[in-house]
Amino acid sequence: MKKLVILGAGTGGTIMANRMRKELDRDEWDITIVDKYKSHYYQPGFLFIPFGMYKKRDVVKPKSDFIPYGVNVIYNEIDRVDGEKNQVLLKDGVVLNYDFLIIATGVKIFPDETPGIKGNLWHKKVFDYYTIEGSSALADFFKTWEGGDLVLNIAENPIKCPVAPLEFVMFADAFFVERGMRDKVNIKFVTPMSGAFTKPRASKVLGGLLKEKNIEIVPDFYIEKVDNENQKIVSYDEQEVHFDCLVTIPVHKGDPMIGRSGLGDDMDFALTDKYTLRSDKFENIFILGDAANIPTSKAGSVVHFASEIVFENLMCAIENRPLTGKFDGHSNCYIETGFGKGALIDFNYDTEPLPGHFPFPGIGPFGLLKETRMNHYGKLLFRWMYWHILLKGKEMPISAHMTMAGKKLHDI
Amino acid sequence: MAEKTYAGVTINVDEEGYMTDSSQWTKEVAAEIAKEEGIDELTDTHYAVLEFIRQKVSEGATLTIRAIGKSGHTDIKGFYKLFPGAPLKKATKIAGVPKPSSCV
Repeated sequence: MKKLVILGAGTGGTIMANRMRKELDRDEWDITIVDKYKSHYYQPGFLFIPFGMYKKRDVVKPKSDFIPYGVNVIYNEIDRVDGEKNQVLLKDGVVLNYDFLIIATGVKIFPDETPGIKGNLWHKKVFDYYTIEGSSALADFFKTWEGGDLVLNIAENPIKCPVAPLEFVMFADAFFVERGMRDKVNIKFVTPMSGAFTKPRASKVLGGLLKEKNIEIVPDFYIEKVDNENQKIVSYDEQEVHFDCLVTIPVHKGDPMIGRSGLGDDMDFALTDKYTLRSDKFENIFILGDAANIPTSKAGSVVHFASEIVFENLMCAIENRPLTGKFDGHSNCYIETGFGKGALIDFNYDTEPLPGHFPFPGIGPFGLLKETRMNHYGKLLFRWMYWHILLKGKEMPISAHMTMAGKKLHDI
Repeated sequence: MAEKTYAGVTINVDEEGYMTDSSQWTKEVAAEIAKEEGIDELTDTHYAVLEFIRQKVSEGATLTIRAIGKSGHTDIKGFYKLFPGAPLKKATKIAGVPKPSSCV
């Protein structure tokens, strides 16, 4: 019996468990998936929780609902991977042998990396919204908040879903307008980047949107610490920004298990070939999703597109053929802009987000790099597609490779 | 593709002034780019950091301020003092490597 082991039962791991179980013969292949937690969170939904648009029950389901019959599930912590011996060592001494391994352990926030984030104001005036605990605490806080300086800070890139911080401040704008207290809330977007977003055209459009909504951008701010006593964030070059409510996007790192296994960089992201998605260290290990150090967005859409490449290349490797799948870094993100509207960006390693229509040229129904109502519905619809189509590894109506059809190179 | 002349050598640069051919880099070129960025003189520590950046980039690693703070040549505060303002952007420009793409 040959063995495929999948580490992580999040978006990527679950998709692969479904696809591989369908593809590989049960008489020949054992498939095992390992994860610490039993709950699957729809992470894009965390953004909606602080504003009362979703509740916890909207974003959580048991992992076991999505893992197909015929796949062994182990809920346990992973100690490390021994690539030389083709073994995964679990915390309690269990050893799993593998012929092929998929690492899809994702990325987590590490608030402790920045002094003062977890000080005495943590979850009182300092919040994250990248965890269910943080976004729920912030929802409670906003219910009675009377206003002041609302500061959103990105500690360090890369982060999960690079547009989420923009969506957060635009939602906050709409939320406080609707509550009739926008004049009492001063919203600041404090970022280590030099603008709203890194890709030039999108940065211009999104930066313009923030300005229209009276949201101040404080660029080139690299946080050193949170001063809890004076309610300030302080940068390494001694800039200071006062807050009454700080929403922090803490430092992100990969699973420490990747570091312990010697498979990663200094942020515990697994060293990965950005085209084949194979580990740089071992030929029978593939890396899927946020766990990889590839230069693309850490987002569900990327995981989904990348899963098609991992599937193709894993099958090539199993059947001893040269790897034919080549990932182009395709990313497709709906951006909530508040008041029932949204924008959409579609890009890859080489092409920055451009204006136009998606997926059908000239028709849409979605508009690229501009605010429309349809884009907002696209995002809401996506939650249903996530639970019912995407996780189960069924066909989605969007190609894994980015296409230039419908995109305009000029005219912005 | 644009060209610029530093220390008597013609260098290929992109529209933001980042060198597109890292092999054209020399210490003299670095010193002239540094002047354009408002750094009058490059010390040994500057060069050590620049070499560290060049090595990391050639290995294909993702460059972060955090990594430079752990490089052993300087800490993050020191890195800001060496390349004031936006240190990673300035340092990569002077090191003759592409603008960091970690932020996507």
